[in-house]
Amino acid sequence: MALLSRGIILASVLALAACTNPDRFDSAGGAGGAGGIGGIGAPGSASDPRSPLYFQQTIGDRVLFAVDQSSITPQYQAVLDGQAQWLMTNTDYVAIIEGHADEQGTREYNLALGARRANAVQEYLISRGVASSRLRVISYGKERPIELCSDEACYSQNRRAVTVISAGLSG
Amino acid sequence: MMTRVLTLLAALLVFAMPAAAQTGPLRIEITEGVIEPLPFANPDFVAENAAAAELARAISRVVAEDLTGTGLFREIPANAFISQITSFNSPVQFADWRAINAQALISGAVSVGGDGSISVKFRLYDVFAGQELGDGLQFNGTQAGWRRMAHKVADAVYSRITGEGGYFDSRVVYVAETGPKDDRRKRLAIMDYDGANVQYLTDSNAIVLAPRFSPTGDRILFTSYESGFPRIYVMDVASVGRRALPTQEGTMSFAPRFAPDGNTVVYSLTTGGNTDIFRMDINSGAATRLTSTPSIETAPSFSPDGSRIVFESDRSGTQQLYIMSAQGGEPQRISFGQGRYGTPVWSPRGDLIAFTKQSKGRFHIGVMRTDGSEERLLTASFLDEGPTWSPNGRVIMFTRETQGESGAASLYSVDISGRNLKQIRTEGGASDPAWSPLQR
Repeated sequence: MALLSRGIILASVLALAACTNPDRFDSAGGAGGAGGIGGIGAPGSASDPRSPLYFQQTIGDRVLFAVDQSSITPQYQAVLDGQAQWLMTNTDYVAIIEGHADEQGTREYNLALGARRANAVQEYLISRGVASSRLRVISYGKERPIELCSDEACYSQNRRAVTVISAGLSG
Repeated sequence: MMTRVLTLLAALLVFAMPAAAQTGPLRIEITEGVIEPLPFANPDFVAENAAAAELARAISRVVAEDLTGTGLFREIPANAFISQITSFNSPVQFADWRAINAQALISGAVSVGGDGSISVKFRLYDVFAGQELGDGLQFNGTQAGWRRMAHKVADAVYSRITGEGGYFDSRVVYVAETGPKDDRRKRLAIMDYDGANVQYLTDSNAIVLAPRFSPTGDRILFTSYESGFPRIYVMDVASVGRRALPTQEGTMSFAPRFAPDGNTVVYSLTTGGNTDIFRMDINSGAATRLTSTPSIETAPSFSPDGSRIVFESDRSGTQQLYIMSAQGGEPQRISFGQGRYGTPVWSPRGDLIAFTKQSKGRFHIGVMRTDGSEERLLTASFLDEGPTWSPNGRVIMFTRETQGESGAASLYSVDISGRNLKQIRTEGGASDPAWSPLQR
């Protein structure tokens, strides 16, 4: 499971990068978001409610946070309600929740802050009925920004927790 | 010479003098209190046999670079010399060196043995007193280690003139960075303190963070994502072999540092979103919890005597610095200025704590006494962080990152007086430096 989900994390990160920076990957063959997660064996379009793409794009796979905060605003509570519902419907999947911080902080603190954010999402999903055994958290601190400018416009996108789903093998 | 030496010493000790009528942090200006560097002559070392010709010149260049690199010394160019040193043992014409105002004169000689070993010897002269400062010294070693021998000569010169320990024969472990900001690749690297002799210690398949030397410099602690989650590893520098420290499933561990005993590690462990500080016996793997709060506690660093730990916590609402017993217990807050304080590191002398400060959208490297008094900010930029001390506690190296889409990290050093800020040469991007102890 570890190896597989790492592959999927990577693929998802690539797919997200492609989404948020459309120009970046066009020259490399126009890889869209779908190409990135084709490997899990259960693809389907973003309009197929059982597909990971639907989870990622239609429900929304991420929660954004205010500076230094890990509390989930009502807007994102609605997103997480959708995530919880999807996970309870599609029980073959497990999720890793990745916590991130913007670059305006020291490395260790941002690791701990990203963990707080990921944990806040995990607790919310559990409170909505998702089995804790299907959820894991990880923090990347400020190591994996998706937006690159050094302004609030980018920082606000980088202060995030992303729910990355993968086919569960544990059973 | 004596008065010059005293001037230099006084400059070095400026931090130890009471700061009269100061309240709050002192602002460091690079132009403030600039001292006149001590002029020295360092003629090319004498090659005692033909095989040593190139090495002799290279070694004397490294000696000069070490000394001038401190900002405390100024080299007199060779074209100003009136007399030359053509033999290590001939008498020195002091008048000729006085005439060009050389305060110190270094003479050296290099020979290469039949087996490829080299021998480097030097003498240091106090030109105005017309006598040697200390005894002549000889170092023997391998040709591959020639830079180390040059650093040893420079350390001896520095030490004799300043009265402080040297720091040139030391290494730095750091994170070498390549790739754009959204696909940054990181691997551990080790180099001499001046950027020479780079060796890569890991590949770039997993994120690696914040390596730290053991007290004897033979091992390195670092954090790696190679298991998929952040975990602490310990690496043997000579063999590059490594092992993961024991951990619990579902936790993250990071920010490790050795205790002065070399057997204890202090680090952060995150469980259920909460980060606290633990210590572990590295041999048995037995871990002990040192903090127990719902706030973030991280970046622990031992005092040199091993009795206390300085760390950062946001229990007050923002990141601040605290000191607790090495066994845990109630900590004392020591940072009270405006802004946030993180990544504290206890100086090898025990008197100061270096830290990263964030204030008004800028990052600073600073130092304060262990009771939090006499805070001084040494640098300012978009992002400076993660100080590490030179073995003699005179210089701090840190990470500076530039802003924007093409932002990149590199290593800088600065004297604790705030003078002599400079970039360390590295092949690509570089972050998270940790300075080794002086090599033996």
